[in-house]
Amino acid sequence: MADLVEKSPCAGLVPVAAGALRLSEIALGPITSVAPYKGQAAAVAAMLGAQGLGWPAPGQVIAQGAARVQWFGLDLALLIGVAPGAGLADHAALADQSDGWAVLRLEGAGAGDVLARLTPLDLRESIFGVGQTARSDLGHMAAAITRVEAEAYEIMGFRSMAGTLVHEMAAAMTRVAARRTSPAKGR
Amino acid sequence: MRLPCPLCGARDIREFSHMGAALARPDGGDWGPDWNDYLHNRDNPAGQTEELWYHGQGCGGWLVVTRDTVRHEVRGARLAGEGAGA
Repeated sequence: MADLVEKSPCAGLVPVAAGALRLSEIALGPITSVAPYKGQAAAVAAMLGAQGLGWPAPGQVIAQGAARVQWFGLDLALLIGVAPGAGLADHAALADQSDGWAVLRLEGAGAGDVLARLTPLDLRESIFGVGQTARSDLGHMAAAITRVEAEAYEIMGFRSMAGTLVHEMAAAMTRVAARRTSPAKGR
Repeated sequence: MRLPCPLCGARDIREFSHMGAALARPDGGDWGPDWNDYLHNRDNPAGQTEELWYHGQGCGGWLVVTRDTVRHEVRGARLAGEGAGA
């Protein structure tokens, strides 16, 4: 019998460091997409509420300890860190996506400048504050970006594109770091 | 150009795909001039238009965007699920 070894999506690709910037991988645990059936939105919100969570407004993340519900699109959210409660499947289409996403954490001074090179999102704190999440384009790949601290972001990309995602991020990090340490003034 | 997604806020055009004019679907399934217009004939208006845009690199919603082709002004957007067509 083969002895299977679990391998994370970005194994061998991270960590990446450039100047004050750090890119590392996060293990979120179980990830389940939750799409309420027609007319079942209130029932789903109540069931998630019973777990101390709830149904997120667009761009919202509702966290409760290690568990969270993250807005993921029109009538779609991700339940992260916990398995879905019994009975949730009666009210919503559930899909286990735990192994589908590469999840990275980008942190350090200038993290916003790195993302600004890759995504069209408006990253100003008044628009995209700490705790907010967004689906957008990152280096022409579909991604979910969450601001976890003023200068720390969590980035979810398709596992199948993990290599390209890390490559794009690392290149942007190197360039931002180079500009910040360059003797020539400017950012 | 940015489009005001009702869910995501103002977003860059590269997140969207243009999906044609937003038209009211004709009543009934029988072929007639209404269906011919709906499928084949398009106006090319100078002024206000209603278009469908798909926010595929964002929330995944279909939007009806009101746009002015003369002034290049985007007047607003709503989810197509809340009623397509003028």
